[in-house]
Amino acid sequence: MSDRPDEKGLEREDAPASDTSLEPDTGSDDVAGPAPHQVQIRRGMFGAAGSGDTSGFGRLQRVVEMPQPTARPYGGWFDTVADEMAKVLPAGAVTAVVVHRGEITFTIDRHHLLAVARALRDTPTLRFEHCASVSGVHLPTQQGAELHVVYHLQSMTHNRRIRLEVTCPDADPHVPSVVSVYPAADWHERETWDMFGVQFDGHPALTRILMPDDWSGHPQRKDYPLGGIDIEYKGAVVAPPETRRSYT
Amino acid sequence: MSTSTEQSTPSPGAGQADPFGPPGEPVEGRVYTATGQDWQDIADLQAERGDERIVVNMGPQHPSTHGVLRLILEMEGESVLEARCGIGYLHTGIEKNMEVRTWTQGVTFCTRMDYLTPLFQEVAYCLSVERLLGITEDVPEKATVMRVLLMELNRISSHLVAIATGGMEIGALTVMTIGFRDREMILDAFELITGLRMNHAFIRPGGVANDLPDNGIAKLRDTVAWLKKHLPEYAALCNENPIFKGRLGGVGHLDLSGCMALGITGPVLRSTGYGWDLRKQQPYCGYETYDFEVPTWDTADAYGRFRVRQEEMWQSLRIVEQCIDRLERMEGEPVMVADAKIAWPAQMSIGPDGMGNSNEHIKHIMSQSMEALIHHFKLVTEGFRVPPGQAYVPIESPKGELGAHLVSDGGTRPYRAHFRDPSFNNLQAVPIMCEGSMISDVVVAVASIDPVMGGVDR
Repeated sequence: MSDRPDEKGLEREDAPASDTSLEPDTGSDDVAGPAPHQVQIRRGMFGAAGSGDTSGFGRLQRVVEMPQPTARPYGGWFDTVADEMAKVLPAGAVTAVVVHRGEITFTIDRHHLLAVARALRDTPTLRFEHCASVSGVHLPTQQGAELHVVYHLQSMTHNRRIRLEVTCPDADPHVPSVVSVYPAADWHERETWDMFGVQFDGHPALTRILMPDDWSGHPQRKDYPLGGIDIEYKGAVVAPPETRRSYT
Repeated sequence: MSTSTEQSTPSPGAGQADPFGPPGEPVEGRVYTATGQDWQDIADLQAERGDERIVVNMGPQHPSTHGVLRLILEMEGESVLEARCGIGYLHTGIEKNMEVRTWTQGVTFCTRMDYLTPLFQEVAYCLSVERLLGITEDVPEKATVMRVLLMELNRISSHLVAIATGGMEIGALTVMTIGFRDREMILDAFELITGLRMNHAFIRPGGVANDLPDNGIAKLRDTVAWLKKHLPEYAALCNENPIFKGRLGGVGHLDLSGCMALGITGPVLRSTGYGWDLRKQQPYCGYETYDFEVPTWDTADAYGRFRVRQEEMWQSLRIVEQCIDRLERMEGEPVMVADAKIAWPAQMSIGPDGMGNSNEHIKHIMSQSMEALIHHFKLVTEGFRVPPGQAYVPIESPKGELGAHLVSDGGTRPYRAHFRDPSFNNLQAVPIMCEGSMISDVVVAVASIDPVMGGVDR
């Protein structure tokens, strides 16, 4: 990820610094950063950076967006689950629903996460009794929601799968722990803390699990370098992978 | 940790004798005892306490913990009061590394996670990439059948290792030797089809890397015949063996509600009598078109898991036979998606120099079409772009639910790749299985989970 919106990318130096006409209209003034679904603005045609604009495509700008929130009907049993969730969940708990590639994602307000998890597990019509996985995603361009925690829940009773997504800002990386509802989430949350620095409040023993206890930093964050070194071979130098040319 | 220290030879007549020799034996040379440093303090402290409570670090370098698993056991005599797992000794940062390689190169990384089930990681990853690309329906039928064939052979080889090492840990060395002998036959078949015994990187987004070799079907039939002849040996050796039943029966008990709470899947869950198998419940790769059953057992202990694994090998063999029959009728069909923007450009074969090569393809790009050369170069160095979004594809690995969660930002590299490894989750059951039992049962209970640390730590 070398193409941050603030970088010049392939643009020629004499080109306008930025062309905002393609920026998405966020629609409200109180949104500080980009809209939550926007990942980055990609410039140029070929993704490569660091050389002059020899192609003539340097001024191209494309907004990279995650799938947009979906409106009803979601299709199939997705609507059934959404209806049942609306009945039992507190208002404002679900902030967005995305149906993409046949999977449904509920974005949950982190303050309601524990109540949501409990309701999803205990309501007989929902009964998501199996928390398969908890993991993190670090999206540094999403100001105010840099850290995402993703829960994959499964209902063995109804044979359904849903995904919950919770965001928290980098400055306040706190998410309630769901270990009291899903004991299986214990190690998964420890791994997410270890790798992303998300603090799960209420976890019985939130310690590092993969990295050594005295490690500093959280390796899978995007601002954490991969840490490769140059390899010399017969006089030539091979750069570490994260510093090689990136087409993304 | 302090180790034994060297004691100088005591002067003769000082009343000290060789503690390991018979009475009256003169002391010759040096005698090594575990004294000095703080050993005496520890012994005194223990004597003051008046109980036999000690903390034992079992591992991370202990042959019975399946690699670098560290078990921290609080013991009273030989009884385990508390058990905790320490993991992370094999953490290699695979997920982080995948973020700086192309989508195709990701296969090369994830195959190395759980090194006993490499093909399952490859399939889970590729299914996830294909879902993000929206080409799930376009993967050729033959590629899917080959994936199922390889996965089911891999399931047998993984279960063979589970049974072999589990047997070895309780002293049944014959089970270990025949287990690895039979696994070797499957690895030979893998070598024939994929070119490698492990770390195959054979299953690629969009299909598989290569078609079956000419003698593939015949060799696979031989492998199936070998397994049919030799799989009954495990039942004959173990099923009614009183030592085997005595060591495994009732050990590592975990009932259905415990499995649900801890998110346990795979043979451990099926040993409670609940036939949850994603191949049946949420079919992928066309598993709904194969004829097989999901074996269960009702004892919820290590013996039940052993029997479930044993029966699953037979069911996998059934699927393998159906795959071979299908592949026989599919000769010459494609094994990679038709979309040249995604498909790896060459179907390579091994040339006379022993290197992977495709003379036709090289001729085409080097002397016929400049466009083809550009296309080849772009696809191989830069890779293909995957539309933004995220996907989670779970499959039934031999150890339970293996999920690949991929996030794409629309680039040529995975933005985030996370694998839900079944062993990682299932190891959480070690305390509940082991606490209150003898230390010898800890070995059996851990073996019945069949953890592989490469997958746990990733």
